[in-house]
Formats: sequence, structure tokens, C-alpha cells
Amino acid sequence: MTAQPQSQPRIPADAGTTGGVPAAPHPAGPVQSATWRRVPVTVWIAGVFAGLLLLAAFAPGVLATHDPRAITLGSPLAAPSWEHWFGTDQSGRDLYSRIVHGTTQSLLIGLGSAAVGVGLAVVFGSWAALGGRWADAVIGRAIEVLFAFPILLLAMVFIAVYGPSVQTLILAVGLGIAPGYARMVRAQVMSVRRSGYVQAAQALGHHPGRVLAQHILPNALRPLLAVLTLGIGQSIVWASGLAFLGFGVAPPSPEWGALLEAGRPYIIEAWWLEIIPGLAVLATALTATVLGKFVESTLEGER
Amino acid sequence: MSVTTETLTTAPAQPSSPEPVRRGRPVTSTAALIGKKVLGALFVIWAAASITFLIQSLLPGDRATLLLNQQTGQVQERSAEELAPINEQFGFDDPLLVQYVTFLGGLLRGDLGISYTLYQPVTTVIGDQIVPTLVLTFTALAVAWALAIVLLLLTARRAPWVSRIFSGLESAAAALPQYWLGIILLVVFSLWLGLFPVVSGSGTAGLVLPALTLGIPLAGFLAQVMRAEFERTMDEPFVLTARARGMSDGGVRLRHVLRHSLLPGLSLTGWAVGAQFSAAVIAENVFARPGLGRVLVTAVNGRDLPVVCGVVMLVALVYVITNLIVDTAYILVDPRLKEAA
Amino acid sequence: MTTLTDTATPLLTDPAPEGGAAGAASRPLVEVENLNVWFSDAHGRRSHVVHDVSVQIHAGECVAIIGESGSGKSVTARTLIGLTGPNSHVRADTATALGRDIQTLRDTDWRSIRGKDIGFILQDALVSLDPLRTVGAEIGESLRLHGVRDRAERAARVEQLLAEVGVPEPHLVAGQRPDQLSGGLRQRALIASAIANHPSLVVADEPTTALDVTVQAQVLDLLAQRKADGTAILLISHDFSVVGRLADRVLVMQGGWIVESGTAAEVLENPQHPYTRQLLDAVPSGHTKGEYLTEEGRARAAARATTAGTSQRTAPAGVGNPAEPKDEASQVPAVLSARGLTKSYRGPDGRDRTVVRDVSFDVHAGRTLGIVGESGSGKSTTASMALGFIAPDAGTVLLDGAPWSELSLAGRRSRRREVTVVYQDPLSSFDPRWSGERILTDALDAGTAPGVFASSRARRAHRQEQSERAAQLARLVGLTPEHLAKHPLRLSGGQRQRLSIARALAPEPKVVVLDEAVSALDVSVQAQVLDLLTELQETLGTTYLFISHDLGVIHHMSDEILVMKDGVAVEHGDADRVFEQPEHHYTQALLGSLQALSTTVR
Repeated sequence: MTAQPQSQPRIPADAGTTGGVPAAPHPAGPVQSATWRRVPVTVWIAGVFAGLLLLAAFAPGVLATHDPRAITLGSPLAAPSWEHWFGTDQSGRDLYSRIVHGTTQSLLIGLGSAAVGVGLAVVFGSWAALGGRWADAVIGRAIEVLFAFPILLLAMVFIAVYGPSVQTLILAVGLGIAPGYARMVRAQVMSVRRSGYVQAAQALGHHPGRVLAQHILPNALRPLLAVLTLGIGQSIVWASGLAFLGFGVAPPSPEWGALLEAGRPYIIEAWWLEIIPGLAVLATALTATVLGKFVESTLEGER
Repeated sequence: MSVTTETLTTAPAQPSSPEPVRRGRPVTSTAALIGKKVLGALFVIWAAASITFLIQSLLPGDRATLLLNQQTGQVQERSAEELAPINEQFGFDDPLLVQYVTFLGGLLRGDLGISYTLYQPVTTVIGDQIVPTLVLTFTALAVAWALAIVLLLLTARRAPWVSRIFSGLESAAAALPQYWLGIILLVVFSLWLGLFPVVSGSGTAGLVLPALTLGIPLAGFLAQVMRAEFERTMDEPFVLTARARGMSDGGVRLRHVLRHSLLPGLSLTGWAVGAQFSAAVIAENVFARPGLGRVLVTAVNGRDLPVVCGVVMLVALVYVITNLIVDTAYILVDPRLKEAA
Repeated sequence: MTTLTDTATPLLTDPAPEGGAAGAASRPLVEVENLNVWFSDAHGRRSHVVHDVSVQIHAGECVAIIGESGSGKSVTARTLIGLTGPNSHVRADTATALGRDIQTLRDTDWRSIRGKDIGFILQDALVSLDPLRTVGAEIGESLRLHGVRDRAERAARVEQLLAEVGVPEPHLVAGQRPDQLSGGLRQRALIASAIANHPSLVVADEPTTALDVTVQAQVLDLLAQRKADGTAILLISHDFSVVGRLADRVLVMQGGWIVESGTAAEVLENPQHPYTRQLLDAVPSGHTKGEYLTEEGRARAAARATTAGTSQRTAPAGVGNPAEPKDEASQVPAVLSARGLTKSYRGPDGRDRTVVRDVSFDVHAGRTLGIVGESGSGKSTTASMALGFIAPDAGTVLLDGAPWSELSLAGRRSRRREVTVVYQDPLSSFDPRWSGERILTDALDAGTAPGVFASSRARRAHRQEQSERAAQLARLVGLTPEHLAKHPLRLSGGQRQRLSIARALAPEPKVVVLDEAVSALDVSVQAQVLDLLTELQETLGTTYLFISHDLGVIHHMSDEILVMKDGVAVEHGDADRVFEQPEHHYTQALLGSLQALSTTVR
């Protein structure tokens, strides 16, 4: 999806290097100057959609065509039409406007879970990588155990104990995605810590604190922006899955998961009530993925 | 980095070559390796058990009251007389440590406790429904692998636009929410085309759509990680050597490169099997398929913790066993790991 | 075994005219006339990488193409097996191999030729053989693809082939993977897989690069044997000694063009093209000791000599007499002393393996101690102990007569700036976010920079001063401020290594440790960097601990030499003495293989 340079010939094609020396290809790939000019079309689309999402989140009134709570008498479960772009629900409410108004809460759940998950991952991942053998062993084991608790199941345990609520959802999904990211952070910090430039800084007699602040943290944590973006997408998908099973935000709310839950009894006669909110979830997740990967490859390209 | 490990042999080397041959395979015993893995697996099981125990015992509110209310469908304060037999039966009054030991002891005997709502042993509740869920999970796993490998062999490192389109499709597939894919498949193939039953039941025809529902997103994930390794391996010098031997492009992909790209796929499988198992809950829900999914949803709604925790333990067990298998497969694919471990 | 005069066919000059006893008897196996190759990148831009190359190879003859990276030599070789890749475009007036027009071959035709009529050998069998499979399976694949269907027959042939390439106990080796074999054995296995079907032409692309010098000699012997049996060889190499050992005729490539061609004797002993001469001059060895390797180095030295006529310290141009500083050896104090260094590691089998045993040496101020050894000799571990990165299990390192290895971590930190290091791969030793200037100012800053609470003027002044000092350092190593402004990624390999040297000099260290610092560079760039190091020692009196596997480089640079094998210092002494009268049999063997490689050059 992103503009990865495709199939480079194995033989360096740097002809005509006479007196000078051809620069060896850097492992991170070729340097791209003026990256913005090479932004692929998928990223443009994702960018526009992300803009719409933010608009819907902060000013739903601008995008909505109807009052999300207004009941249109006589047209319950109406199929998508010019009047109701995405159709209407069992009470005749405009689905498009409901989705627009549900954006804020859905994004908050995604952002909250991603923040919890990535936050935990950064703390414990870095701790494992920098805290010595014992910290690494203990945290490594804990991560391994958490892997045996799939996200969905972990969330259900939480809900069984504390009952369904937005906070439970955020906490459960965040905790669920944390071990994967923690492993990623740990590997990242480890590889930076063992890198040639950290050793070079130590060889110059720099204080460990200075090495940590100047080299390890910035280089290890920079890719996390991309990780956070990916995490938002993933969290929204999981949270909506839970909502689909009936463990999400309670239905009168237009939160996307709640829309999914509310539409479930009507799958057969009104497919749009499930497909379209699901599409909103999918589109948001894809947008996050595309943007996250783009950020990642841009950061890589800068190196 | 790597210090070459040239162990001297006692055999006199031929004069033409002063370098000694390393004799036989290193004696890092396979038994010790397996022992280590099994120990790690037992640790995970024990930790999962302890966590589920803690969740049950640290539940907010009085468990006996909760249990009684669930059974009668009422919500009210209970008197000590009412609660006493329940506390007696479940041992809620015992010190936590005693409860823990009893719990672990029960576990060893395969006893996961009694369901709060069904009043049946949890093992019976789960045992009745486990087969369809396991069948679905592993069918989906097989579907995902088959899809990913075919996709990889056909599209990785081809013309730039082919690779780009298919790697885009993989990202999209990996992001698909299972419930959404399931509904689409249900609406299109069952409602509109009438190819498959709307209510899946436990027959083979009913397995197709749920397996695809779970398999397609996982195939996307698998293909993504395997494609990266596949394309990296295509650049390795040994691929050139193999081509220079007279091997066809397809032969190189199938006999050399694919094997290398299996490795990240295998690690992902080990990691994803738990997630697949729990996603089966969603698929079962969409397709009205029998299995643990319904048991679990009912138990969560009814706050029937022994059942929920029993399912958690079961998933941990499935996870651990799958990972033992994956570790073995890993060593078969990459024999270097045997010595490294 | 082969010296040039035995095997060179003097009648074969290039372009080889039809005539002459050997040439007339047979048509050449390979005839390429005006070969051109282009590559197109993802954006459809084309680059022309091979220009009008013509080459002829006869049976039993070895033609070598020599050149630096990017010269197009490997691409030329790969056109002969039709594997230049999907983005390449090949055109030639004539291009026949074994009587077939290779421009018209389809993939199926190619497959029947590759591995059967033409064998192909790459460098480093560790990555050129499938690491997941046994070498027996790899060799067997060559047989299977060309018609040997029977498993048992294949297994027998594999063992026979391994024996043919001089592998002891072939039945054992056939069942092992490349990573389980030593460098020499796995390279032999790679050769066995290439010659499995006894091809009449072998294309060998850097077949000995990355191998230890003793192994190199063995592999070349093996190829010479094939040649004697009538196999034609196209040898691709950057190394004159390798080419001189095996080639009958030599083509020199630069930037995609052939700049010189002729018999090996002509090209190596009497080069005509300035580029060839420059390349030959750039090869460091004992003969070049005390001299500059590049025109530029010589010119700079001459300029210094005239301007600094009054200077007391600098010797006349070209350092002059290498014997001169040696007399002072005993008077010059040791800056870095190692006594009885020993280090062992726990192996994967749980047993301790001693990688360095009882190594002692002194590095004297203003002089160079070279540590030379093959892979696994413990030279890098010794360097790490000298740098204070690894604590020795026994023995001690003294810095300026004061304890160094025995200090606590924090105690050593305050003195770290007295011993600096230059690595083999400079790029990985630079923070990927930093420019050249930032890298140097960071190295200049010993933590005494005014803090955030200092006045902004003080901080500005400090920054200004640091950046001036960085520019000075850059000039010292031949870099301009423009280079400093760039990200190291946009610098060439040589420029990166200069930056790395500037960083090592920034703290004004007492010793600079050079750990394989020039090993990854092309020979002409290596010559520039070596000249820079010589010049710095001459003008600043820098002290070096120089670690390398390359005997020529070590002899060229060092005043004193320590030869290491399997963790033990087998020989230690004055550089010329060690090279001219080696006492230990290992040093003798090492130098023997070097001599076998290089007698034909110079």
C-alpha cells in the first residue's frame, strides 16, 4: 500500500562512478528527498478520510444531514436512498447522521485503548530492555502469559467481573493489545541499545544518562507514532467486535459498536444496519493502518 | 560477531585440507530442549490458572450473594442463613490460600469447579461444546495457511503492480473485523445466493462460511509477514546460486524461498491461535453455530465466573499446546535453531 | 602451485587474433562483442552500467575481470548465465557461449545450460548456499536438475564430488549445513555444487573474498586444477593477488568500461592505463611501507615538506626511512600496555572456550602496533579489552602506566576519551538522526557544555566554538563543511570513514584503535584512508592500535606486529622482522600463502 521501492536489482546500478566511490546502499533503503512528492494515492485517500473523521468527531453537525435522534414516522428500516444515504434503523432514524454523531465516542474508545496499550507497552517494554536480566526475565514471562489471554477473552473476563462500560472496554482492549506492542518496544530498545552508535557514544565516555536521552530513547521511541496509529485502528476493531457480542456501549448511543449491536436482530431484512457501521469501523482501521505505515516508512526513509 | 566454532576432531585431516571437519551433530540433547519447552508451557498454564483464581476470588461483592441472585434471578441482600450452605459448598469462607490449594488440586484432577448458573461441573459444560469450536478454529487456521501460501507463491516479488495490489489486499484483509466479514458472507452467499445454510448447524456445509470468516483476516496477517520475509529471501545470494544451477524461478520459490518465509508465519500462528479461538465466538454468533461461543456469551452475561475462567484456562491450554507444536515445526524448518537453543 | 609464467599463454593477447598455436586449434568457448547492459529503476529511468565490453574465453583458459565496486564486472559475468535480473536490458553485437547465441535463449534453454555447461560460484558460501539445507542437498540439487534422478546415485555422486574438491570425510560433510562447516570447507562445497555436472565454463564471482588468506590459497589451487583439466574460467575479482595467481588474461573495468586488457603479465607488471596503475599503486604491502599510496597523498606530503621546512618534528616527505623510528622504540614510553590478557566465553555446549589466552603487548606513543589474525583468532576480543569494553578474566591493561582494565565502570568513563575507536562499518556507528557536524560536536563535548541554565549568550558562544572546532577536524581528515552538513547516509564509504576518524580524533586521544577500519573499502578508497592515517600520525603523532586480517595492510601500517592464532599471540616483534624472518610456523604458513598470492604482482 505504501510506496516501498519495489524489487531493486541485486546488482548495484550505479554506473559511471569514476573517481568517486558509490555509496553503499543503507539497510534502511534509499534516501528519498522530497518525500511528499512520492506520497501514494492510498495515503491521500486515507488522509482525506482521516480529516472527515476528525470533522465528524469535533463538529458532527457540519456533516450530519438529520438529527440523529429524530424518528421519521412511517419509514423504519428504509433502505439507503437519496433522502437517507445509509438508510434508516428500526425506529426510522437516519443511519448516516447516527454514524457521524457516533464518531466521537468510537474514536475516543480507539484512542483510549491504544493509549493504554501503547503506554503500558512503552513502560514495560523499555523496562525489560534496559532494566537488566531480572526485569527482562520477569516481564518477558508476563508477556508470554498475557499472550495466552486473547484480547476478546480478556475483555470478556473484565466485563464478567466489572460489568460492561466504556472504561472497562478501554482498559480491557488496551491491556489486550499491550503484550504484542511491549514485545515490539522491547526488541526496538534492545536493538538500539546494542547499536554501533550507542557503543560509539559509550566509547566517547558519555554518561549513561546522556546516552539514554540522546540516543536510546529518541531512536527507539520514534517509530512508536506509527505503532500508536496502528493501535487505534486495531482497538476500534476489537471494541466493535465486543459491542457486536453485546458487551459494548449501551444501544441508544450512536457509538458504532452500539449501532452494530442494535442492528443485529435485523440482519436479514436490513443488512445495511450491520454492513455500514461495520464499514465505518473497517474504513477507520484501514485509514489508521495506511497512515501508520506511511509514517513508519517515512521515518525509515529519513534514516 | 560470530566466532567460528571449529572444534578439533581427533581424526587426522587429509593433508590437502588443514581444516578439520566437525564430527556428527552437536550433542545438545533434544530431550533437554523439549524439557525446557514443556516447563515453560507448564509455567504459562500455572500462571493462567492463578490469574483466573485471583479474578474469581477478588471479584467485587460477595460471591455467595451473587451466586444465589443469579440462580433465582433476583437481586437482593441475602441473610447469613441463606448464604451459609453455599459458602460451605464452595468453600468461600476458607482462607484464600486454602482455596487456592483446593483450586489447584482440583485443576490437577481436571476439575474446574461448578457453574454458578447451570449448577453443572464446568468441565461438563465446556466438554459438551468444545468439539465444534476446535473444529472451526483449526479449519480456519488451515484455510488461512492455504490462502496465504498460494497468494505468496503467485504474487510475491512479481511485477511491481501485482505485488503492490496484493500486498494492499492483504493489509485490507488483515484489518477486516470478523463479524463484518461474516455478515457479508452470510448475506451474499446464504441469503442472496442461497449456497449455504443461514443457520450453520454442525454439518460440513455449515463450516465453510465460518471458516472463511476466521480464515481470511488471518490469511491477510500471515501473508503480510511471510511476504516480507519471502521478498527479502528472494534477494539472498543463495537464490542466485540456485538459479545458476539451472533451477526454474518457480522451483526456487517453492523449494528454497518458501521454506524461509514459513518461519515468521509459524511464529504468528503460535501467537494468533488464542485470538482465533476467541474470534470463533464471534463467528459462531453470526452463523448461529453451536460451540463454546454461546456458552461463553451466556456465562459473561450471567457473570458465571467459573465457566468464563474455565474457557480462559482451556484457551491457555490450546495456546500452549499449539506453541509446542509450532516450536517443533520451527526446528524442522530451521534446523539451525536446534543448536542455538 | 601455478605461477604466471607456467600457465600464461603468451599468444593470447586481447583482442585475441585468430592465430597462434593454442588459439587456432579451437573456437573460443565464449565470444562477446560490444556488450552493453542497462538497468531501469522503478521509475523507468535507465542507467547504462556496461559499455561495449568484449571478451573471449578459450577452453583451459582463465580470463579475469578486475575492478572496484560499481565497475560493472559482476553484471558482465552474469550476462553469461542470463541472470542479470528482470530490470536489465542486454545488447551485444555478438554474444555466444558454448556455440549458442545467448541473446536468443529462452528461460527453458537457459535452465538446461546453467549448472550443466556453465557453473557459477559466488563469494561466501555461508549466504550463497541455502542456510537451511545440508550441503549434500545443495550439491545433489545440481545433479537432480540435470538428470540424475536416482537418489542413491545422487548421494554417491555428491560424496565423490566433495572428495574431488578436497573435502575430507565427504560422507560426514554432505550431511552438514553451511553454518556447521568452516569457511574453507563450505566454499569447497559451493564449488562442488557449481562443478557437479563438469561444466566447460566456470564463472567465479569473487570466489575467495571474505575467506582467510590460507583458505584463499587453497580455493585458488582448486580452481587452477579445474583449469588444468581444461575448464575455462571467468574470474571476477577486486584483488590483484587473486587475479595474478590464476588469470591468463586480465580485463580492467572502471565505471562500466574496459580501460585496459592484456595478458596477466602485461597488465600486472607493465600497466598502461593510469587507472590500472593507480589501482596497483594503491595495494598496500611491505614494499609500500613508509610511502604514500595515492598521488594525492604524495603531493600533500611534498607540500608539507616545502612549507614546513623549518619544522623540527615532521620528517621529510614520505616519512622517508621506515627503519628510522624503530631505533627509538625502547625509549618511547608505552601508552597502552596489555599484560597476560585472557578471556573465555561459555560456548553453546556449556563448555568454556578461551578466545584470548595470555596476550601481552605495548603500544608506544606515536607509533603503530598491528594485530593480525584470521577470523576467530581473538584479535577483536583483544581490541575490546584494550578499549575497556570487555573485562579480561585474567591479566591487565594499563593506560599511560595507570590501571585501565581494573577501573570501575564509572572510573573508566572519565578516561574513555583517551582511547577512541574506528569501526569497520562507520555508518552503523553514527546516530541515524544526526548530521556530520552534530556527530563531531558531540564527540568534542566532554559533558562540560554550559547547561540549560547558562546564559543564552554563553551557550551560543559555546556552540559557535564547537562548530568551528568541528570544521577544523573535518579539514584535518579531508572533509569540507558541506560534507559535515550532510547526513552520513549521503556520504560515500570513504567519506564516512573519514568522518569516523575525525570523531575518533576529536577528544585528542592517546591511542586510536582501528578495528578492521579499512576492510570494507575498495582498494583505491582504502589507499586514501590509509594515507590519511599515515599523514595524521606524521603530523599529529597519533598512536594506533591497528587490527586487521589483511597482511598487506598490516605490514604497510605497522611498526610492530602481533600475530594471533586461536587466541594466542604466536609471534610478536618488529614488523619487518616478522615479515622477513617469521619464527613461528603459523606466521610462516600465513606469509607463505600471501607470497603464493602476490609473487606475480610486482
